[in-house]
Amino acid sequence: MTKHSSRRIRWSFFVFFVPVFLWLFLLIVLPQIELLRMSFVGTDFYGESGFTLSHYWAFFSEPIYWLTFVRTAGYAILVTFIVLLVALPVSFFITKVANLKVTGFLMVLVMVPFWVSELVRVYGWMILLRESGVLNKFLVAIGILDQPVEMLYRDSTMVMGLVYTTMLFMIVPVVGVMESLDDSLIEAAHDLGAKRLTIWRTIIIPYCMPGIMSGSIIVFMLVLGSYLTPNLMGGKNSIWFTEQIYNQMIYYFNWNQGAAFGFLLLLLSSLLIWLALKITGQDWRKVIK
Amino acid sequence: MQNALSVENLTKKFGDFTAVNGVSFDVEDGKFFSILGPSGCGKTTLLRMIAGFYEPTAGLVKIRDKDMTAVEPNKRPVNLVFQHLALFPMMNVYENIAFGLKRRHEPDTQIKEKVGSILERVGLPEYSKKRIDQLSGGQKQRIAIARCLVLEPSVLLLDEPLGALDAKLREHMKVELKKLQTMVGTTFVYITHDQSEAMVMSDHVAVMNAGQFEQIGTPQDLYHSPNSSFVAQFVGNNNKLSAKVHKDESGTFFARYLDGRDYRVEGAIDLSEGDEYDMFIRPEAVLINPTKSETIPNTMNCDVKAILFDGGNSQLLVIPEGTDQELIVGLPQNKQFDYLKAKDTIQIGWNPGTAVCFPKTELKIYDEA
Repeated sequence: MTKHSSRRIRWSFFVFFVPVFLWLFLLIVLPQIELLRMSFVGTDFYGESGFTLSHYWAFFSEPIYWLTFVRTAGYAILVTFIVLLVALPVSFFITKVANLKVTGFLMVLVMVPFWVSELVRVYGWMILLRESGVLNKFLVAIGILDQPVEMLYRDSTMVMGLVYTTMLFMIVPVVGVMESLDDSLIEAAHDLGAKRLTIWRTIIIPYCMPGIMSGSIIVFMLVLGSYLTPNLMGGKNSIWFTEQIYNQMIYYFNWNQGAAFGFLLLLLSSLLIWLALKITGQDWRKVIK
Repeated sequence: MQNALSVENLTKKFGDFTAVNGVSFDVEDGKFFSILGPSGCGKTTLLRMIAGFYEPTAGLVKIRDKDMTAVEPNKRPVNLVFQHLALFPMMNVYENIAFGLKRRHEPDTQIKEKVGSILERVGLPEYSKKRIDQLSGGQKQRIAIARCLVLEPSVLLLDEPLGALDAKLREHMKVELKKLQTMVGTTFVYITHDQSEAMVMSDHVAVMNAGQFEQIGTPQDLYHSPNSSFVAQFVGNNNKLSAKVHKDESGTFFARYLDGRDYRVEGAIDLSEGDEYDMFIRPEAVLINPTKSETIPNTMNCDVKAILFDGGNSQLLVIPEGTDQELIVGLPQNKQFDYLKAKDTIQIGWNPGTAVCFPKTELKIYDEA
């Protein structure tokens, strides 16, 4: 009897495991291994290919490359912080202030923009913000501006676009944790003499830390790896690191260099996340839960 | 003696619903005051208004004769022990207790001293480094109270803090809490739906029903001389006998019970609003097979339906002859009544002074399944 049932469990395990394994292995692991191999392969003067670290070395020796990365990472951190600053009060409103009927509706409002593709959303922003766009027309019409101003292709516009496109990924995990926060903890802190800001600092934020960290990791990775928004909304002289990879692979047809950049992006962003977890003292397992 | 807390005509309305309706009371300094009522009677709303979480629709809350209307909860000299305690799970015991002191910006050495001494007082001196989830139910209880007491509030409010504990521990904590209150001398305002908690611990108890106070008094007052049908049923166990009250020529009142016989009633009864009454007799006031030497004017014959043995709280379930009402009779465990068996016929009796009568009401203290 037990033997029979254990065999059945194993059989059903394979039914679920095999597709997942094939999916991960064929579509993600295998191409990555090929890219990893490529990143270490170079051609010498005689056209002979062989093992080399020169693609990785190029990143550190050419300031344009690592400066691009630093700039990208810096903006990614900035965007993550802005997203967090907006998401905390929004999540608080959704979970604690709004009544139950409105909560569902508000969550739908948060999600609706994400039913539209990123490309369409960014073009929507461009219609609003470009020199002949809606906002400019409006501001000129009511007399705030004398003549239209180009609002696109600035770093501030790009940051705003990135905040907008990643907001959902912070709100969902933070709302998840905040829902389980007992209201009486907030009241108890208030009763014991804490002011509003102190309650946020000592009760709400520490309690929501796992949600905040997982949201931050998702937002940080999304921003770091995003291509469309920085490319379409950012300035022409401010290049995103993903654009460096794109340029290497498509313009210079240097797949080996592009692959090396890709892995450097993965390594360096993992390192930053590890650092962030260490600094905030969060347990990795708790955060991914 | 100074009043630690005075509540004057306090009212709270939620839309059309009146949760608390014109409640007034005073609590003297250092007393243990309980508000006893069934769930939904408005007692939590009342407590939250005193703590400052709800704004009263009308009325005043005064703490040590100071009007608290415009004072935020974090500035009031009262602290609330929450029903589910609301200890901060991300802090350890020390940080929980120090929370309020830190908000007052007291120096670190002073905080350390105060937390140490309050932990000593609640009997958990070695626990300052423990996490909250390492504590047992009773320990959490004491930490939650310590967290408030360390701030030396004028009044400590407690919102059914024993509700979540199991029965044995609850019995124990009742005594602990009373001892603690006597030791620290802080004024306690305690709300509960458990009449035994209120009776054991309190100096004064207010019985609350449907947003209003039915009666305020010492536990003994409430038990022996309830002033309404509700109090008679809610405080302690009571037998309810439906009866018609009438007066004879000499001015003595009699209650005609369902069995058709008249039983003497003490005191004057207002018969202007009909004669339908409920007569209440405490189980322990009923005597079993009263001997001839005792002059008991009220006796009736009953069939024993069951013996409910529960040690010192043992009771008899009896049915008076000619009725289908069930009565509960206290059964002393002094070997005197060991001969009683189910289906026996016995005589019971009581002194008129131990029974009270109130106009008939249809109120139910609890929902029968």
